[in-house]
Amino acid sequence: MNKVATAAAPKKARGGSRIGRFLADNGALVGLFVLGLALFIATPDFLTGPNLLNIGIQASVIAVLAFGLTFVIVAAGIDLSVGSVAALSAMGSAWIFSEGSMPGWIALIGGLAIGALSGAVSGFAVAYGRLPSFIATLAMLSIARGLTLVISEGRPIGTAPEVSFLGGDLGVIPMPIIVLVVAGLVAAFILNFTVMGRYMYAVGGNKEAARLSGVPVRKVLVTVFTLSGLFAGLAGLLLSGRLDSAQPQAAVGYELDAIAAVVIGGASLAGGIGRISGTLVGALVLVVIRNGLNLLNVSSFWQQVVIGLVIAVAVGIDSLRRKNQPH
Amino acid sequence: MSDSTMSDNPGTDNPILTLDNVIKSFGPVTVIKGVTVNVYPGKVQVLLGENGAGKSTLIKMMAGVYQPDGGRILVDGKEVRLPDTNASEALGIATIHQELNLVGSMTVAENITMGRIPRRFGLVDRKKMREVAREALAMIGLDIDVDHKVAELGIARQQLVEIAKALSLDARMLILDEPTAALTKREIAALFSVVEDLRERGVGMVFISHHLDEIAAIGDSVSVLRDGEFVAEVPADTHEDELVRLMVGRSIEQQFPRRREYDGPDATLLEVNGLSTKGTINNVSFTVKAGEIVGLAGLVGAGRTEVIRAIAGVDPYASGSVRVRGKELPKSSIGAAIRAGVGHVPEDRKAHGLVLGAPVNENIGYATLSTTAKSGLVDRAGQRKRAEDVADKLRIRMHNLDQVVGSLSGGNQQKTVFARWIVANSSVLLLDEPTRGVDVGAKVEIYELMNAITAAGGAVVMVSSELPEVLGMSDRVLVMSGGHISGELNADDATQDAVMSLAVRDVQRDLEDKLMEDGHE
Repeated sequence: MNKVATAAAPKKARGGSRIGRFLADNGALVGLFVLGLALFIATPDFLTGPNLLNIGIQASVIAVLAFGLTFVIVAAGIDLSVGSVAALSAMGSAWIFSEGSMPGWIALIGGLAIGALSGAVSGFAVAYGRLPSFIATLAMLSIARGLTLVISEGRPIGTAPEVSFLGGDLGVIPMPIIVLVVAGLVAAFILNFTVMGRYMYAVGGNKEAARLSGVPVRKVLVTVFTLSGLFAGLAGLLLSGRLDSAQPQAAVGYELDAIAAVVIGGASLAGGIGRISGTLVGALVLVVIRNGLNLLNVSSFWQQVVIGLVIAVAVGIDSLRRKNQPH
Repeated sequence: MSDSTMSDNPGTDNPILTLDNVIKSFGPVTVIKGVTVNVYPGKVQVLLGENGAGKSTLIKMMAGVYQPDGGRILVDGKEVRLPDTNASEALGIATIHQELNLVGSMTVAENITMGRIPRRFGLVDRKKMREVAREALAMIGLDIDVDHKVAELGIARQQLVEIAKALSLDARMLILDEPTAALTKREIAALFSVVEDLRERGVGMVFISHHLDEIAAIGDSVSVLRDGEFVAEVPADTHEDELVRLMVGRSIEQQFPRRREYDGPDATLLEVNGLSTKGTINNVSFTVKAGEIVGLAGLVGAGRTEVIRAIAGVDPYASGSVRVRGKELPKSSIGAAIRAGVGHVPEDRKAHGLVLGAPVNENIGYATLSTTAKSGLVDRAGQRKRAEDVADKLRIRMHNLDQVVGSLSGGNQQKTVFARWIVANSSVLLLDEPTRGVDVGAKVEIYELMNAITAAGGAVVMVSSELPEVLGMSDRVLVMSGGHISGELNADDATQDAVMSLAVRDVQRDLEDKLMEDGHE
């Protein structure tokens, strides 16, 4: 008699099967499939080999940036400098090769080192200088962009062949896609299997509890920003390799795409939550939407509106889902 | 005042709110299995049960945070739905949470009028705002400056501000969720006199507390819950032993089952020498031997937590030394302390002890992640196995190791912190209020755990504000007062009076000054 149906009834749909759970935990992936299906129906140009490779290439730079950023966001920080650091790394690498007349492989490693170093500087400012990461990396955003312009004097510089190779093809597979996969595997490995990776989740979840359990919090913070810088450096090399030249205004605003990819992928800006697989899906969602809207001849102005809505909806659904769990 | 309101004798008044046979599930787990509770005007209905018995879920249903999956909620005899907290507030139901809902950086007046700040020509009408706030404070006889920043008030006063805020929103039913947990004796008395006043005004109240002695002092009727089921409703003056029996389903023979079973070599594990910090602690020296539990008693603010934190390497100290098994620890190095075998169970497990959003498995393993790792890689299988074994041994009640620790009950959360140090083989355990917010059954389990640790040759330092616990479990009691150790008592000589007279020995005057200051405002 007292089985009054209540507002909470729909919640019963949760739990249940393993598949249902997987889908609930991977909302962005479901979204990506739905998106792909819709575009497949809407246009014959979507599901073609060349277009899919194109999506992979376009996703590579954003995804690699976002992989690095995932470390930082998991540890409850933010890195606004990744776009600028990518540009600085690419420019530095090109300068080492063209102006410094060093071998190409040194230019390649040099570019990555510049990225890692920039990240480490932000990391030290956060861990030891006690700057909020928003501020430290906002400063780095400006500093790195400025240095890029200083080095290049505002002009593009040609890249080393080793760097251009990153933008080329290996057989039929474009190198950026290979780099994307390798970078993703490395990032996921670090987060899941290394002590440092697990420490990142602990620091992001509760910094003080982590410290009291013996987690070297400052070392963890320096590491996440260094990794973020390193991945940004790699993304910068990918970008310049595709164009065979480092552009002073490259990757402007990419940090926002990277942040969007990470949060669409289910990470929490409050820290402690985030996965590389999610971030990859997030990056693909962004790129597939752009690609699809291009194929459908939607103006790039409207594309920005759509992307904004997607970010809001994706994160909104995710936080609603979390709210429906106890505590 | 504490005459009973039994369910079969509701008196002349009708209940303000009734939970009628409510059921609540989260996924496959049913946490409330058909519970009925009535809240009458002018009565204090106590919800009693161990952590995890379902008290919080019940009050969240009353407040509209959760919606029942079965059963009915009645307000004034009419069935209602409470889809959110706004709905319950509109019906005059307010919750005073343990974590207060106040904005510390804003004034008392602003907090009381939050969400309905009086306006004049579209601007804040400060005069009206202060008036509303003063009226609200007058209702509970609280005399404080409404322009004071809330953060500057003590926790007890903040709580009263929150109650005043609820009353000024015309609340006629208050849910008090462990309101006494963070209060001193004196503050509790002040709170209870406010509750008395509210009773006379006809406000119905739901009261949750882990302190059984408070139930008879303040309650009218007690609803006892166990594992989500309704056990009994009894008058509030029911004997404590009977309440415990109803709550845990068995009688607890011994509240403090201290046994000294260590018979190994006589070794000093912890040696603290002349420890001083800038400001708080002053020349603290003591030793703890293998197999020993040393209680650190004293008033809040005597420096007990600071001593523990300095030993654990959490805070730096100005002078003195800490030795573990004869080896001096470097200052403020948590890592070095852990490697030497020190385990620290902090006072506030939610803020300092656990990563609430992370699984039990991870929380148990933090201190051993790096020591068991091979070339930087986590020993995942080993970590899991060790966590599983220790969780089993400590009987941590959970669905599985991957459950987030924040969804466990307080006692099981505390056991998780202990488990971390057991896995790390810590031999010197520094326990800061180890049973705070832990229910009776889990308390005894934690005491047994302390017995087991010392039986295996470990040493325990326990800070506790609960004197019976200090007296019942310690082999020696050190009493702190004003930042230094004012006396040491053997278990046989340690009585409440002896400890208290040492605790207030040097600070009596200081303390009274301080209390005067607090009372001023």
